[in-house]
Amino acid sequence: MSMNSQGRPTNISGADIRSSNSAVPDTVTGNRGLQIEEPLIFEQDSPGRCGVDLPEVPAMAMRLGTVKPRARVGLPGLAEPQVVRHYTRLSQKNYAIDSGLYPLGSCTMKHNPRLNEKMARLPGFSDVHPLQPESTVQGALELMAELGRWLATLTGMAAVTLAPAAGAHGEMCGIMAIRAAHDAKGETGRTKILVPESAHGTNPATAAACGYTVEAIPGTEDGRVDLEALKAKLGPDVAGLMLTNPNTCGLFERDIITIAEAVHAAGAYFYCDGANFNAIVGRVRPADLGIDVMHINLHKTFSTPHGGGGPGSGPVVFAESLAPYVPVPYVVQEADGRFRLVEHAGEGPAFGRMKAFHGQMGMFVRALSYMMSHGADGLWQVASDAVLNANYLLASLQDVMTPSFDGPCMHECLFDDRFLKGTGVTTLDIAKALIDEGFHPMTMYFPLVVHGALLIEPTETESKAGLDQFITALRALAERAKSGDVEYFQAAPHLTPRRRLDETAAARKPILRWTPEREEAVAAE
Amino acid sequence: MRYLPLTEADRRSMLAAIRVSSVDDLFRDVPKAARLPGPIQGLTNHMGELEVERALSAMAGRNLPAGSVPSFLGAGSYRHHVPATVDHLVQRGEFLTAYTPYQPEVSQGTLQVLFEFQTQVALLTGMDVANASMYDGATACAEAVMMANRVTRRKKAILSGGLHPHYRDTTTTDARFIGFEAVALPPAPKGGEDLMALVDADTSCVVVQNPDVFGHVRDYTALAQMCQAKGALLIVVVTEAMSLGLLTPPGEMGADIVAAEGQSLGNALNFGGPYVGLFAVKDKYVRQMPGRLCGQTVDADGRRGFVLTLSTREQHIRREKATSNICTNAGLCALAFSIHLSLLGEEGFTQLARLNHAKAGQLADRLSGVKGVEILNDTFFNEFTVKLPRPAAEVVEALAERRILGGVPASRLYPGELDDLLLVAATETNTEADMDAFATALSEVLS
Repeated sequence: MSMNSQGRPTNISGADIRSSNSAVPDTVTGNRGLQIEEPLIFEQDSPGRCGVDLPEVPAMAMRLGTVKPRARVGLPGLAEPQVVRHYTRLSQKNYAIDSGLYPLGSCTMKHNPRLNEKMARLPGFSDVHPLQPESTVQGALELMAELGRWLATLTGMAAVTLAPAAGAHGEMCGIMAIRAAHDAKGETGRTKILVPESAHGTNPATAAACGYTVEAIPGTEDGRVDLEALKAKLGPDVAGLMLTNPNTCGLFERDIITIAEAVHAAGAYFYCDGANFNAIVGRVRPADLGIDVMHINLHKTFSTPHGGGGPGSGPVVFAESLAPYVPVPYVVQEADGRFRLVEHAGEGPAFGRMKAFHGQMGMFVRALSYMMSHGADGLWQVASDAVLNANYLLASLQDVMTPSFDGPCMHECLFDDRFLKGTGVTTLDIAKALIDEGFHPMTMYFPLVVHGALLIEPTETESKAGLDQFITALRALAERAKSGDVEYFQAAPHLTPRRRLDETAAARKPILRWTPEREEAVAAE
Repeated sequence: MRYLPLTEADRRSMLAAIRVSSVDDLFRDVPKAARLPGPIQGLTNHMGELEVERALSAMAGRNLPAGSVPSFLGAGSYRHHVPATVDHLVQRGEFLTAYTPYQPEVSQGTLQVLFEFQTQVALLTGMDVANASMYDGATACAEAVMMANRVTRRKKAILSGGLHPHYRDTTTTDARFIGFEAVALPPAPKGGEDLMALVDADTSCVVVQNPDVFGHVRDYTALAQMCQAKGALLIVVVTEAMSLGLLTPPGEMGADIVAAEGQSLGNALNFGGPYVGLFAVKDKYVRQMPGRLCGQTVDADGRRGFVLTLSTREQHIRREKATSNICTNAGLCALAFSIHLSLLGEEGFTQLARLNHAKAGQLADRLSGVKGVEILNDTFFNEFTVKLPRPAAEVVEALAERRILGGVPASRLYPGELDDLLLVAATETNTEADMDAFATALSEVLS
């Protein structure tokens, strides 16, 4: 099997690998006990069958003008029990935080309390239309104001917008605010945003999307921003710095206050990517670090469920310096105590709208429920335990794996692939072998500043016994790799509903939807 | 604290393993001045479930749930009946608490759902291919315009006056900061725009909405042909996905990109979010699409499986050269959309769409009998505009006092304009008794 630069298989010989799996008996159905093969929903169609019972449509004259009623959509017909089984079986092919440790670095996969789900489903929140008269939604506006107060207090910031739909959307909001502030001062010559090499991909993508030139800042030997290199790049053409802190190596930027002072002295603004806020929530206020604007991922730090990729929610907090430059809408409380929604930008410095309606309300309810459950004392403990768990992993693995930098780390610990040197085993292989051990892999190959990165974030909701089991598994895998059992790793995972998937073929000839024609063509071959 | 498994004994033994004396030592890289001495001031301390429920239920109680009264609000967010199965299935922890499916071997559930979702969206819109969802309809619209700019290498978008103002504003915000021109036409409650006259050699796209924000239904086939002749793309926005069960789909009209809101299927009103943006294109534009895509492939044993694909368009690979900065999608809302649509199937979906249309027809007949009320629309799907003899915002407040949510005043969307217009929607959830109550109350308020 040959490998591309990321260690992904580019040519798969099915026969070799199947032979390594001969202990598993073949079954007639292809099912394996609780693992049930499930066809596409389109392959279960019986025309005329339906999973809902609807009333008769009253006779009427259509009022569609010249538009014709469509002949056919092409959807499959299934009864309710089939639909329930389809999605239940599919769900069983997923790993989830409910199943076990999900140590994806930079993703903060923590327990998702079900109380928050229950609260978000209260009809007073879930069954309220966004354009109802304000007099009928005072509680919803109050909730938004209260969430804003918690976020402002936890960050020490002056203003909050809840509008952005996700972290990257929040980044966009923050960079727009920086741009609006420079525009207001007539500083149109600021065309650059500085971004450390270790940043999330969204940072340079956001800055570039907003029309800025992105300048990368190198890191130091100890995994932090190179302060001298940063200072050398600062000047009248720089609009701002985008920095993640704790950074993506899991380290706190010790020079952050000096960095902030240098950025401000150059007339630029300091954007902080708040993806890693879980490390410091309730213990350190970003405003005290000199940050002007920061987004917060409610779906990370404040535990709103990731849902297989979304929805997220990315509120942004602003220091006084940028507080006027917020998008609409936002909530204000009048002197008489009533809440009002400012929905239109008007003449002031507030800039326009970033999405329809008022933000991800369902996520606001969950996040506030989470915050109230923890309280100030609980959030202090969240950051403490998150950092403790990560350092425990670092301490327990550092003799068999290769930490990229000296500790202490914050909420996640970073290893590189030096410990695999000469073994033929890659970071990807270790990740896939971890799957067979019952764990979701760590983040791999990110950050880009170290070779073959393995970034592990346990979060505070893991028990010591759970961590110990993970440590035992990872230590054993590291030893096994060094002992030369390369075939085992390259064939992993062995025990999943699907083995390694051919991503190269998927990208070369994309099949992005089911079509009846294609299925017939395949059947005819 | 019920969510934290570490005991004090655990913490002590872990600190010993790390060879530090306290957790504070682990925070030593934080500048001393920024380290708080203890839990932050100004916030309450931890609470049990019961206390949290009590506090949040009190807030929820200060809202009027739309389902508790006759409700006729639309304008981009629609109250439909969602089968109980949908919410049960989306709450399965394996869907709810999974991350983005970057490790396909342990994410085939989410990936197959996305593949099926993409197929459903392509079928509904009549397009070749759809992505795995966007934040919402408005951001999908803005991304569609930016995609058209990339495809045509032009930088001017023409936005119809029938486009939902939130979609318009989301696009013009991006235009300001990202650097392109968005020519937004004034609101056109009665239609009559000559969009083609505005298309020139710099125009990347024309954005129309069907049904438009005032409820009118139009055939855009001729516009699509004229756009094509001038090298511009036609973007069709749909804010009421239910309409796709009845109307000729945008793809059949010749749309190049469809940007839609999928909330109507599977998703509650939620005071405006989270919703699910739908994004579908012609095949030839696949590599210019924003957002995640799921594709079919085979595993090492040759069995069908699914992976995220074409990620070389995306920010985590391309960084500053990505087609979009988007990372998150609306996975769980897309799942709800998909399950609802699977339950409905061909028969249910098309019947439900007809039912919506019929309900709106019944409502229009009733309201047109109210003295002083004029229906502006000749055509509509499940929403239309009425002209009132008094400012609609006042009328809506007066109706709310009578516990009827009687539509969205146009002035809520267009401040200082269109004071006398009211947008009214009907869905399968509205009974004839609801409609009678609305007509009676409206008649009282206007007399």
